[in-house]
Amino acid sequence: MFYREVGEFKTSYPQDSESFGIGLDKYGYYFVLFIAFVIIPLMINDYWASAVLVPFLVWAIASLGLNILTGYCGQISLGTGGFMAVGAYSCYKLMTSFPDLNIIFCIILSGLITAGVGILFGIPSLRIKGFYLAVATLASQFFLVWLFNRVPWFYNYSASGQISTPERSVFGILVTGPNVQPWAQYMICLLFAFGLAWGCRNLTRGSLGRKWRATRDMDIAAEIIGVNLLQAKLSAFAISSFYIGIAGALFFSVYLGAVDATEAFGINQSFLVLFMIIIGGLGSILGSFIGAAFMVLFPVLLKNILVGWWEWDAALATHLEFISVGFLIIVFLIFEPHGLAQLWRLLKQKLRLWPYPH
Amino acid sequence: MGQTETTNKNDILMDIVNVTLRFGGVKALSDVSFNIQRGEIRAIIGPNGAGKSSMLNVINGFYTPQEGEIWFEGKLRPRLKPHQIAYQRIARTFQNIALFEGMTVLDNMMTGRMIYMKSGLLSQLAWWGKAEREETENRLIVEKIIDFLEIPAIRKTPVGMLPYGLQKRVELGRALAAEPMLLLLDEPMAGMNNEEKEDMCRFILDVNEELGTTIALIEHDMGVVMDLADRVVVIDHGEKIADGQPDEVRNDQNVIDAYLGVSH
Repeated sequence: MFYREVGEFKTSYPQDSESFGIGLDKYGYYFVLFIAFVIIPLMINDYWASAVLVPFLVWAIASLGLNILTGYCGQISLGTGGFMAVGAYSCYKLMTSFPDLNIIFCIILSGLITAGVGILFGIPSLRIKGFYLAVATLASQFFLVWLFNRVPWFYNYSASGQISTPERSVFGILVTGPNVQPWAQYMICLLFAFGLAWGCRNLTRGSLGRKWRATRDMDIAAEIIGVNLLQAKLSAFAISSFYIGIAGALFFSVYLGAVDATEAFGINQSFLVLFMIIIGGLGSILGSFIGAAFMVLFPVLLKNILVGWWEWDAALATHLEFISVGFLIIVFLIFEPHGLAQLWRLLKQKLRLWPYPH
Repeated sequence: MGQTETTNKNDILMDIVNVTLRFGGVKALSDVSFNIQRGEIRAIIGPNGAGKSSMLNVINGFYTPQEGEIWFEGKLRPRLKPHQIAYQRIARTFQNIALFEGMTVLDNMMTGRMIYMKSGLLSQLAWWGKAEREETENRLIVEKIIDFLEIPAIRKTPVGMLPYGLQKRVELGRALAAEPMLLLLDEPMAGMNNEEKEDMCRFILDVNEELGTTIALIEHDMGVVMDLADRVVVIDHGEKIADGQPDEVRNDQNVIDAYLGVSH
């Protein structure tokens, strides 16, 4: 009854192409930002930061990255874990080689390095499509993790083979290392997530985004319209990897603090991010966030209920989690291939007409 | 139509000279020559499998002929990729609709203006400066085409949800969005009912007359071809068998034989 275009008069094309065209959408968006930037930092504690909010934001950035490549440009990739590892190890090398360089720049540079690696592994996409491309990117996953395990230079010859983050601060506030405050951890991830999501929205609605979507939907027609497929696909690989690299850098430096390439960036992580965008919604920015929230919250919730309240065996609860995630993915693939974001869109569509049926 | 039938060299937009296209041992086109004059509607007709679509694919660069030359705007065209040919302002539609199904009508048509979009990555990332200006300028031109094709009501509908006839119209719109010098239409009326055909004919004539766009079209409906086209070229088995005004072509013995068959 309240959620509709009636009374909203657009008088120019820029107004008409606003991201949040309906008043209620806009206020909802500001409300969410207010909660995220003001309320949560005031209330956050260690458990919420490390179990829910920080991983959610990091995975949301990775999902945005994969969504650019898979959801918008239509190129399937199973190399997400490997690219996150590139981000993490670049960040580590930059932090240890240039101790005076601000951590923010380290993270952005890690993203740029990952973008370069992404372009390199994106080259096969010009020749192969679909499953074959997925297998090719799988090779990058295994190769990159192998590389970081086998070449001691990457982990500065440490005895354990792990990398651990030195303490770094931004404007005098500690953001990495074991003594970091939960709200600082959360804020730096939030700033990156917000900035990258905003950039992703701008890119995908502009001419580059249309190039990607045209490539995804009908590459032949895209080509005769003047889309250089080589450039479109490689730019998607580059920008997607930039996002994933930043996610990897944050995952290592801000969230975990110490990682081992095989454990932290294995093939499981590649699948996890892929599930996030399938459940959340392919080709949707909101979907990337919903998917990440779902995949992060679901196990926590399940564990709290099953183990915490009903006192099940922890191993049993973990197995049940695997089964239900697998089941849900099948359900989504069959009933709602566009994911939770599409359900949200349908709900809004219904709301516009409510209380009338159509 | 009212086109003056001069064959002044300056009026020739595209000249196709002795084009031969082979796929392995199969000759899809052999030694075909014809020209397209500025401002005319040129029809390419012929029985199934005659090589008409191959001809269009040669013109917009999907196929590279083994022999022959293509002159465009008085210049010999070097070997180019399809996306480079788009920049010469040659646009086309497809026999089977090739729209971007996941995108709205508006987005499809904005994609049609790809060759005019030049803003850089950072400007697009921030949605500021050139990127935003460019978006609004191009939107203005796209909106004119949306008005022209009488589809303002569906501009924000995903094209996958539209009926067939409208999809064909949107595809024409996407090609027009490029403001083409030469518009190639591959069976624009295939699979339409009479009313939709009439609409489409009207749009094609309007595009030709009001926008002055040169059009080359492939069509099977003879009535339509005879009404629309200024000149017709007939291809059969990859060879040109007739070329001229619709009336001449209709009475040409070779054409009648090709369409009706001939007893040997």
